[in-house]
Amino acid sequence: MRKDRPCVLRVEDVTMQFGGVVAVNDFSMEEYEGEIVAIIGPNGAGKTTAFNVITGVYAPTNGRVSFNGSKVIENFPKGKMKKGYLGENAGKYTETLEPTPDKLTALGMARTFQNIRLWPSMSVFENVLIAKHMKRTSNLFSATFGANRAEEIRQREEADALLETVGLSDVRNELATSLPYGKQRRLEIARALATEPKLLLLDEPAAGMNPQETVELTRFIAEIRDQFHVSILLIEHHMDLVMDISDRIYVLDFGKMIAHGTPTEIQANEKVIDAYLGVADDA
Amino acid sequence: MAKTILPYIISGISVGGQYALIAIGYTMVYGILRLINFAHGDVFMVAGLMMVYMAASMPLYIAIPLMIVLTVLLGFLIERVAYRPLRTAPRMSVMISAIGVSYLIQNLALYITGGLNKNYPTIPWISDRVTVFGMETSRVTIITPFLTIILVVLLVQLINHTKIGMAMRAVSLNFETSQLMGIRINNVISATFIIGTFLAAVGSMLFFTNYPGVVPTSGAMPGLKAFVAAVFGGIGSIPGAVIGAFIIGIAESLIKGLDTILIVQGTISEQIGFATFSDAFTFILLIIVLVFKPTGLFGEKTTDKV
Amino acid sequence: MKQEYRKKTSWGALLAVLVFLAVVLWLDQIIKPTNKMYMLLTVLQKGSVYALAAVSMNLLNGYTGLFSLGHAGFMLIGAYTYAIFTIPSSARDAVYQYFDAAVRFSFPEALSGVMGPAGTAVGVLIAVILAGLMAAFFAWLIGLPVLRLKSDYLAIATLGFAEIIRAIFQWQKLGPITNGSNLLKNFARTSKFKLELGDTKLVLSTFVPVLIATISIIIIVKLVNSTYGRAFKAIRDDEIAAEAMGINLAKHKMLSFTVSSFFAGVSGAMMAMVLSIAQASNFKSAMTYEILLMVVLGGIGSTSGSVIGSFLFVAASEWWLRGLDSGSFLGISAPGIFRNGFRLVVFSIIIMIVVLFFRKGIMGEREISDVLRSRKKKAGGTAK
Repeated sequence: MRKDRPCVLRVEDVTMQFGGVVAVNDFSMEEYEGEIVAIIGPNGAGKTTAFNVITGVYAPTNGRVSFNGSKVIENFPKGKMKKGYLGENAGKYTETLEPTPDKLTALGMARTFQNIRLWPSMSVFENVLIAKHMKRTSNLFSATFGANRAEEIRQREEADALLETVGLSDVRNELATSLPYGKQRRLEIARALATEPKLLLLDEPAAGMNPQETVELTRFIAEIRDQFHVSILLIEHHMDLVMDISDRIYVLDFGKMIAHGTPTEIQANEKVIDAYLGVADDA
Repeated sequence: MAKTILPYIISGISVGGQYALIAIGYTMVYGILRLINFAHGDVFMVAGLMMVYMAASMPLYIAIPLMIVLTVLLGFLIERVAYRPLRTAPRMSVMISAIGVSYLIQNLALYITGGLNKNYPTIPWISDRVTVFGMETSRVTIITPFLTIILVVLLVQLINHTKIGMAMRAVSLNFETSQLMGIRINNVISATFIIGTFLAAVGSMLFFTNYPGVVPTSGAMPGLKAFVAAVFGGIGSIPGAVIGAFIIGIAESLIKGLDTILIVQGTISEQIGFATFSDAFTFILLIIVLVFKPTGLFGEKTTDKV
Repeated sequence: MKQEYRKKTSWGALLAVLVFLAVVLWLDQIIKPTNKMYMLLTVLQKGSVYALAAVSMNLLNGYTGLFSLGHAGFMLIGAYTYAIFTIPSSARDAVYQYFDAAVRFSFPEALSGVMGPAGTAVGVLIAVILAGLMAAFFAWLIGLPVLRLKSDYLAIATLGFAEIIRAIFQWQKLGPITNGSNLLKNFARTSKFKLELGDTKLVLSTFVPVLIATISIIIIVKLVNSTYGRAFKAIRDDEIAAEAMGINLAKHKMLSFTVSSFFAGVSGAMMAMVLSIAQASNFKSAMTYEILLMVVLGGIGSTSGSVIGSFLFVAASEWWLRGLDSGSFLGISAPGIFRNGFRLVVFSIIIMIVVLFFRKGIMGEREISDVLRSRKKKAGGTAK
């Protein structure tokens, strides 16, 4: 753990309840600058839900998320949920802070999606360039009448430089969705990097990849961390990848965190083995 | 007071019943295809026109069933020709096709009628004048709500207790899964259009009997209002559409008479012109519903997946 | 591999536009209303009104993916704003027969008093811009609640708002401003537009609407090609991804909606000046549908397509297919079939064929410039 460094992300007591189903229950974690942290767990453990809470897609039912030392998301059970709340720490939080995803991206979080979500009608280059839109200083009028020319040129240069770095320059003008699967993943990561994030969130980056591609991806993620000075939070099923590059791992099962620690600790953890392999009925 | 309002309420219930019969067509099609069938109101108008032309050349006991059969055939054909080829296309394309069909039907009607108002034939018995609660009205006004309710009850029985009804419910819940489970989607959709247009054909008889005549745009406004009724009640829900239609019918009728009612009451001394808003009111209601309860009174909530 | 970022100013395109405008100005002088070819000018006038309406609708429906059907409402606001503020005081009482006109101010009149003849032109221009601003303001008000709605719900809500706007403008109580359900007339209209330089008289009846449409469409093209245009397309392609990449959905949807409505308002003002009348009952949802069909005809998501689509639509329905309404067409004489309304029937069948079998329309998502470029490439062989 790199506790000597500042904390990038702190999740406290996050509970996400849909109707009577508690998808994430009282989840807490932290991530320090420069770390690669993984959230793992069996299917339906609530990993993607936790991700969607952190990135602002869902407002949590209860709990708090802080980013870079300041509180960005907070909620507590109210209205209809007040009676039906099944989670813990109900009285602990009192504020309502529900930013939309774009606000969090502006603060320095950027994500990829489990089922790739590139903009299909646009080229590889445009996909990266649009992610730069957020960094504009122009307004509608200056952009329309070409008064932002310098900025436009700079953003185009930056987008190309980024494509060069991730090795996609040769397919720059192709339609994003015409790329092979592995390159689409890479492009999605490049697009997220174009927003100049401090924290990069990768939702199952190796899903659907063959072993060879997975090895390449593992190397790619480690390179990104060093080159772009980002912290990385990822959800993943490929254990090789997770054990290889993660500094620390959180394990979710049925919405509950059952373990956390370094890859070696997690590999030896009884509870984790049970969760993945199942426990005999008499246990 | 009661004596001033009563006529408006009664005619409102009647109009509401007519809207209900159109609204069912909208709500069923939307429930299954997620399509606003913009042409539905125009099919309703065509039913009216067919009646005009056929009543002139044949006795009513032939004209009425024939009109209903032909209207149903039209609804069936529209789905076959304009919507089925676009089954896999984006939703916007199908909606545009619906608008295109509506445009075609209206222009066709304009061509055939020469844009003239066509007087609707007098259907004996239902257009007779009767006196209820001391007010005189046509019999159709009184029987519409009852007929509507009987038809709706029959329809709900059909949907709940027959095989095709079960298939309809399944398809409206999940299109793809139903297809995988071996339900013949195309038959279900055709059945939906047939039922919808049948009710619209019956509705057109009730509606136009109370109006001076049929013009090519006669269907547009009742169609839109019926759609609003369907949204108001929660799209996909038949009882919802019916209740929505009655509420809209009554509200519209009251607004039309609001000036008179208020003058009789002595609240105002001259016309304010509320009647201008009798159509717009429906849309105000629509927007309020969409903004505050987008699923309508009886609709189910769905969430988008990321 | 070094990329070329500094976009060359497209002198070719600019030249083409200037030549086009010059030709229109010239046609305006040589074709007299009695001439058989006057139809061409009518098509150019009405065509430019619809071209702008279609392009502005395409900005919203085609580029931003917001399926809105409120266009006629915004055009109505534009038409009325323009008409009300350009009726000369001498004509006002004749127009507002049944009301005591509340607005007694005309931009062209007031400014011509100050600046002479040039003031009339400036006054018309101000009224046109005001028309756009009014439409944009209403769009902003309406956008607050409805832009959160998804696809067809948005369509029906905007359609509803257009109907509400129409009812408000027809309301007798607002008669002193809107003339109630009666029409507005005698305002500044294209049939009267001319420039007098000493002895020479320049007729501007066609030139002015074409010019306004051209400038407006160039601005929209510029917007679409800017960083904002790209953000709009990102929203259309995948809203969730766009939001995750830092694009504020509410803000950008509102921008697209108000800009689109601004130009809808301008096209409404143009429609008033071309038709010489403004009446709320003309701006029904049928008008929105027609504009939508023009967009579809040209290809959703293509600005050049919308322009081509609307000129074809207007030319076909006003001019080329006219024979279908009046007895003989292409030398075939059949008064029984070719009578009033047949033109529109044939026309709507053509539209349905496009909708069903040529779903991409004439241009698909391409622009004229793309087509020319690919031609050039082919002509130039494999040389890079």
